[in-house]
Amino acid sequence: MSLAKRIIPCLDVDNGRVVKGVKFVDIRDAGDPVEVARRYDREGADEITFLDITATHDNRDTIVHVVEQVASEVFIPLTVGGGIRKLEDIRCMLNAGADKVGINSAAVFNPEFVKQAAEKFGSQCIVVAIDAKKVSATGESDRWEIFTHGGRKGTGIDAIEWAIKMVDYGAGEILLTSMDRDGTKIGFDLELTRTVSEAVSVPVIASGGVGKLAHLVDGVKEGKADAVLAASIFHFAEYSVQEAKEYMQAEGIEVRLT
Amino acid sequence: MSSVAVIDYGMGNLHSIAKALQHASPEVDVRVVSDKQSILAADRVVFPGVGAIRDCMHAVQAAELTEVITEVAQSKPLLGICLGMQALLSTSEENGGTDCLNLIPGKVIHFAKDMQDVEGQKLKIPHMGWNKVQQNQHSLWQDITQDSRFYFVHSYYAQPDDDAAIAATTEYPQAFTCAIAKDNVFAVQFHPEKSQTVGLQLLKNFLHWDGQS
Repeated sequence: MSLAKRIIPCLDVDNGRVVKGVKFVDIRDAGDPVEVARRYDREGADEITFLDITATHDNRDTIVHVVEQVASEVFIPLTVGGGIRKLEDIRCMLNAGADKVGINSAAVFNPEFVKQAAEKFGSQCIVVAIDAKKVSATGESDRWEIFTHGGRKGTGIDAIEWAIKMVDYGAGEILLTSMDRDGTKIGFDLELTRTVSEAVSVPVIASGGVGKLAHLVDGVKEGKADAVLAASIFHFAEYSVQEAKEYMQAEGIEVRLT
Repeated sequence: MSSVAVIDYGMGNLHSIAKALQHASPEVDVRVVSDKQSILAADRVVFPGVGAIRDCMHAVQAAELTEVITEVAQSKPLLGICLGMQALLSTSEENGGTDCLNLIPGKVIHFAKDMQDVEGQKLKIPHMGWNKVQQNQHSLWQDITQDSRFYFVHSYYAQPDDDAAIAATTEYPQAFTCAIAKDNVFAVQFHPEKSQTVGLQLLKNFLHWDGQS
């Protein structure tokens, strides 16, 4: 096998600014997503994901400008998620220079949207983002449910069945976030990741819970993830992307070292 | 000043390609164009594309570009990227069988279902991510290390009839043709515009290529 497992740093962007305080010493403006993206690119990130958390619709244009700027100097795949609800939103992001869009709650509210998006733009640019939470009690067999609104609202939809359905509808990739693990730094929900990855034919990106480099390795080896996404460990410069890759390679995982 | 035309026929992210070409060689005049005259006026031509092959072929026909692309393929350096590579072959299995431009004899086929790697792990389709490219001798590989990784995203791949047209291969898990070369035509399955330094180098080499292998 020579296809590399991907490492994808994620930036939360609000009104055109990186949300969490970044403490890099070598960039002038740590809140500037363009500078942060440039840094991740230099470190060897395989892709970069922007999550637009801008609350007001009026300020949506700022993410478009961010993507335009990044795309004019960073030549790796870029994904934009957050607020993608209409075909027009997708067209707008792709025109700005994004390669893929992440569709999350709009897919839950209207699964046909994923079908239309894949037909119009091709599956290769449609990432369905799934926020899943474990709902089975101790002793029961594992069951996860789709949650919306940042993990606050349950939908009653089974996460595994949902992932299979979304691929059937044309998703080219699944971005799978464990809402139980997100922000905890105790590692991915490996059971969830493996179950989804083995259930679908398309690549699965594991997300939620990375606190140390060993978690990335677990996500690939035990979770069977095709790519791993992390925000804070790279954000706060605890580790560089390069260090993460060297660590993974030492653990026998094929990565792209530049 | 030399010029390159990126063919705009409604399939794919042309801005990324245009920006990458400009970045690779700032002195080159990069134009995103859709009309016959502008395409033929350029020194070099890039034929991009993402999505499904039937839509691609329809779009080429609707834009009346079949003859232009055929003419370019016989006269000046042409770079096909992703679907723009597949469209150069004779036929594709995609969409229940689709006739392509037949500029490079051969067919486009789907990856086998239920593929596994050496450890028995299921291989995903699309083939997505950074994979190693094993080059055969060609001037477009100049200053690119053998086995460098390029960014791929595709479910179908080209299989030219003539092995001499194979400019590079990649393993997934079997070796498949990821670049073809025939006279002044070069085409790649991966995305040089998204393959960071090595991708930019390939674009730069193309922008200085005289069309000889």
